[in-house]
Amino acid sequence: MSIPIDLRYTDSHEWARRETDGTVSVGITHHAQDRLGDIVYVESPAVGKQVRQGQECGVVESVKAAADIFAPLSGEVVAANQDLSGAPEKVNQDAYAAWMFRLRPSDPAQWDQLMDAAAYQKLVESESH
Amino acid sequence: MPFIPHTEDDTRAMLDAIGVASIDALFDEIPRELKHARLDRVPPAVGEMEIMRAMQERAERDGRWLNFIGAGAYEHHIPAAVWQIVTRGEFYSAYTPYQAEASQGTLQLLYEYQSMMAAMTAMDATNASLYDGASGLAEAVLMAVRLHKSSRRVLIPATVHPVYRAVVRTIVSNQDIEIVEAPYCSDEGVTVPDALNRHPAGSLAALVIPLPNFFGCLERVHQLTDWAHERGALVIALVNPIALALLTPPGQWGAAGADIAVGEGQPLGVPLSGGGPYFGFMACKLTHVRQMPGRIVGRTLDLDGKPGFTLTLQAREQHIRRSKATSNICTNQGLAVAAATIHMAILGAEGLRRVALASHANLHALVDKLEAVGLKRRFRAPLFHEAVIATDGPAGPFLERLRERGILGGLDLQDSYPELSPGLLVCATETKTPADLERYAQAAGEARRPAPLAS
Repeated sequence: MSIPIDLRYTDSHEWARRETDGTVSVGITHHAQDRLGDIVYVESPAVGKQVRQGQECGVVESVKAAADIFAPLSGEVVAANQDLSGAPEKVNQDAYAAWMFRLRPSDPAQWDQLMDAAAYQKLVESESH
Repeated sequence: MPFIPHTEDDTRAMLDAIGVASIDALFDEIPRELKHARLDRVPPAVGEMEIMRAMQERAERDGRWLNFIGAGAYEHHIPAAVWQIVTRGEFYSAYTPYQAEASQGTLQLLYEYQSMMAAMTAMDATNASLYDGASGLAEAVLMAVRLHKSSRRVLIPATVHPVYRAVVRTIVSNQDIEIVEAPYCSDEGVTVPDALNRHPAGSLAALVIPLPNFFGCLERVHQLTDWAHERGALVIALVNPIALALLTPPGQWGAAGADIAVGEGQPLGVPLSGGGPYFGFMACKLTHVRQMPGRIVGRTLDLDGKPGFTLTLQAREQHIRRSKATSNICTNQGLAVAAATIHMAILGAEGLRRVALASHANLHALVDKLEAVGLKRRFRAPLFHEAVIATDGPAGPFLERLRERGILGGLDLQDSYPELSPGLLVCATETKTPADLERYAQAAGEARRPAPLAS
């Protein structure tokens, strides 16, 4: 559960999921929410914004920290999850259900550059000492 | 929490525990060439007796003046109880309140201060103060640009205090923000709404609206607020807190109210003290609160369900967000704010209203007396506690003759507004009696007559 195998990952602890309509949903991983603590605010990028892979495009605030969200792929932001503004704790409850924004990727080749579950698992283990 | 210095034995024991020879040894990472061995030009220390005498001699050189200068720092009566209470150790030497459980007294006072300022400005949320009104305006400009997200251009009327405009330019100069000035009507003394229309919709992040403006004049706040909102710009209200006891507060300007309100809090119980320390207040709409800089105190329940106070929304601040924080401020003007809170509590809403009314009445009485001796009021717009007076000869010699009679007659405008020269900015607060106003008018009448030739 804490690292689903059907998702891809970044080294900045975002997950990405390909949807049936060709868009990609993005959120932060279970490991990330655990390190941040109680989430109090999520600022997603504006709909219509063009983002580049690796570009910071949002913020997640917890009681003790504020962390940037980085776009896993280049593309156009097509949706932002409005549920999270009133209930940011959903990110702590189920990080993979709490998508933060969706984008339409502009470069299909970038998907294969993302980490798979096994590679992400290694990253989490290496950061845990 | 007591503050007791270490004895030499304490220090020795600690150094021994960590195996270090001396305090100096703890700094040996700093390259030798960066350390100063001695402060050669600092004179030797003197004792308390000598220092007190030196300070008393200097204080006497200030003299005693009948003061009619405002221009951003205002002489108001401060009830004796204010500084008696503020200098109690619990307020005076309380530590900065990051540890909530050890700081409930300080935090409660700040929460009460915030509540009072929110009520006075009719805004949703306030912070625990900034350094002063001028830097507060700069913070408001930075905040508005962050909130607007597309334009980085801010419109500031020429009727805003010239020092405030200079401070804003200094603080935003490396932030890729453009400050544009808006002209004023030389007849009325307020911003010309039609002149603003050269700015197309969407081109501005914010408009600053002062009340009163630097000339003491009342701007058309409702019209200007609606104008800005119609063009997609935020409204930053720059207000005098005493004036708020009489005039419509920023939260009620126009159809939607101002977005951010800032100003100088000095008139609330803080003495002039040579220019500072003062404090800046800031308030905003609730939707903007995550972009508001400075400390914010909140009220909440502890683990046992008991009410308490704590710093909140700290993820905006630089000790967590670092270079991406809303500001680099990591403090507030605690002592000045304590004085202001006690001052407001002692005066109450009715007391503040009376101060404002008395200031308003005295200014108009003074203007009438000056017009009777031939010194005309410059602008037609309604005034609050300050006015621009045209002198018919150069203002410098006129003010000098008043000084010879123990009167500080006003601020010479020739450097900041050469187009209004010769002219003075004159202020009257509740501290002036009818005899004071008469004394000024007499001295002004005599100062206008040419000095007799020496015989």
